[in-house]
Amino acid sequence: MRRFFAILKKEFRQVRRDPLSLGMLVFLPALLLIMYGYALSFDVRHVAVGVLDLDRSQVSREFLDSLFGNPYFDRACTLDRQAEAEDLLNRGSVRCVLTIPRDFAAGLSRGEEVSVQALVDASDATIAGTVIGYLDLLVSRTSQRVRIERLARAGLAADLPVVNPEVRVWFNPELQSARFLVPGLIAILMMLSAVVATSLSIVREKERETMEQIAVSPVRPLELILGKTLPYVAICLLTMTLVLTLGYVLFGVVVRGSFLWLAVATLLFLFAALGLGVLISTITQSQLMAFQAAALLSILPSILLSGLIFPIRNMPAVVQAVTVLVVPKYFISALRKIILKAAPLESLWQDFLGMFLLGLLFYTLAIHKTRKAS
Amino acid sequence: MNESPAIDVRDLTKVFGRFTAVDRISFAVAPGDIFGFLGPNGAGKSTTIRMLCGLLASTSGTALVGGYDINREPDRVRQRIGYMSQRFSLYRDLTVAENLAFFGGVYGLSRGALRDRAADVLRLAGLSGIESARTGTLSGAIQQRLALACAILHAPPILFLDEPTSGVDPVSRRAFWELIQDLAARGTTVLITTHFLDEAEFCAHIGLISAGRLVALDTPAAVKSGVAEDVFELQVDDLFSSAERLKGIPSILGTACFGPRLHAYCPRGAATEQSLTATLGAAGIPVTALHSVPMSLEDAFMRLVAPAAALPGSPV
Ligand SMILES: Nc1ncnc2c1ncn2[C@@H]1O[C@H](COP(=O)(O)OP(=O)(O)OP(=O)(O)O)[C@@H](O)[C@H]1O
Ligand SMILES: [Mg+2]
Repeated sequence: MRRFFAILKKEFRQVRRDPLSLGMLVFLPALLLIMYGYALSFDVRHVAVGVLDLDRSQVSREFLDSLFGNPYFDRACTLDRQAEAEDLLNRGSVRCVLTIPRDFAAGLSRGEEVSVQALVDASDATIAGTVIGYLDLLVSRTSQRVRIERLARAGLAADLPVVNPEVRVWFNPELQSARFLVPGLIAILMMLSAVVATSLSIVREKERETMEQIAVSPVRPLELILGKTLPYVAICLLTMTLVLTLGYVLFGVVVRGSFLWLAVATLLFLFAALGLGVLISTITQSQLMAFQAAALLSILPSILLSGLIFPIRNMPAVVQAVTVLVVPKYFISALRKIILKAAPLESLWQDFLGMFLLGLLFYTLAIHKTRKAS
Repeated sequence: MNESPAIDVRDLTKVFGRFTAVDRISFAVAPGDIFGFLGPNGAGKSTTIRMLCGLLASTSGTALVGGYDINREPDRVRQRIGYMSQRFSLYRDLTVAENLAFFGGVYGLSRGALRDRAADVLRLAGLSGIESARTGTLSGAIQQRLALACAILHAPPILFLDEPTSGVDPVSRRAFWELIQDLAARGTTVLITTHFLDEAEFCAHIGLISAGRLVALDTPAAVKSGVAEDVFELQVDDLFSSAERLKGIPSILGTACFGPRLHAYCPRGAATEQSLTATLGAAGIPVTALHSVPMSLEDAFMRLVAPAAALPGSPV
């Protein structure tokens, strides 16, 4: 016990002595969350749209009014001629030019299919894709409504079988990608800082040969590993609190579920992530190597194989099998369930078990490696 | 030696892959002795010490340290030894007192015992008063003493010091050796490696290791007299060409450069100053001065260590 406390105390002292590293551990994830939260956010709001209404009818005006009655599109200007469109798009004053054809009202009243032309600035493909998607949805929804209203006004009961394709988006009703992204981002940033911090702190001792000094003492591997990782558990919990608060303040991500399960998920995740850090430190010799290994093993799989961006169920079977070893996969899944859905334990236990078993695996390998070395 | 030895090494061997770093070494160190472990770079000194400290498993052979087998009871060995590695491995970002507290803690010292022992070792090492200094800001010599203080905090009866004096100025080296002798006088057994041959004179016994093998093992005086050769010191104009030409003379077994002079080694009693001067004159090798000198430890090592591996770290 004394030996364990000696290591714990020393580790806390060293962390406190090194405000730069401490700051990196706590504030870097916060900073990255802000940056990536905004950059990766696929939400598109207040897109400037230029309008060229060649029809100038009551119907077309109604159509346009209803199209702009939301926060996604702003009617930036009205064009007189098609020729102006290119210039506006080139200057970047609008991202999209919408053209209502001359026979818009007439075509609708005849029950024909009418097309509305949209010129979209696709220099940012992501935004353009989203704009087109939203536009498509809004136009069909709006034209549907306008058509029904016209029919009603014409004295016909709107009992025509109108097929109304309604996309239901659950748990994220406003289709806010930030909501969905933030829990995943939190998991990845926590993964990165936890793995890098622990592996560096141990490899640093190897480099300076203080590890050898500890190895000749009667300290046991378990005392050493616990003493060296517990301070990072504390720091990572602090970081977690900070990023969750930021997620709430900046992106409106509210934790719907229980804070108890959130704490359990975080602790189990830290158990596994720090275990990976310890394992990396036992097989690398220099801080540089440890950093590269830690960054590679924590970031790449986190982004590609965790389900953050690419859904795991769409992956080939072999790749799906590999994701079993990816710690953030379980944490992301648990965080999304807890934060977005307020999920009960019944739907969380598999993620918990996954993280626990991975942690156990990493620590067992690390202790085995340490024993063999001495 | 009627007491059982503090360190008893038996056929200790370490093989890295196909390379034998330590080759069937055997020696014993009596309690309270200072044993000097000498040898050129890469001879296997650190590897031997690391095996004795339980940091490295031996390939074959074994050793008893403090009466316990290093392979079978490494935990008991750990409690009884202090170790100072080749670099002063301290936490540079911690203060002197914090370093002591840490190393006391990992040896399980209680708070009270730590306070007493820390004061003792600081006084012994002459470091009282700098407890709150950041270790990284201290000079090499002070860090060396602090590393020693940390290594003896738990009062180990056996101390392993791996090149503790490298990179330390001569005055501090001297003071450090006084400290070691002080510890030995109180009964601590010390095994120390060094490249400085003058330091070997402080040791009760020395072992010379070369390419993993123990080539000499005795008191410094006996090691010197064990080399059955006479030494002649030559002053010549062109050191290197002369050394080459001397090798061709049958009565000269070998040569070595000592600063601006050349040492020539002849079988004991085979040559005198006069006879050698005559031989060299006949061979046409110009020599300004030639004297018979007593064999130094450095001479002895030059002759004992394989000719290709001179002691590069030795002072001139
Ligand atoms: N882990 C290892 N793997 C392979 N070879 C090693 C290892 N450790 C040491 N060696 C080799 O074993 C030999 C002996 O090394 P050792 O460190 O014991 O020498 P040394 O006598 O302490 O030398 P120095 O005076 O330079 O400290 C060297 O050739 C070294 O390269
Ligand atoms: Mg060495």
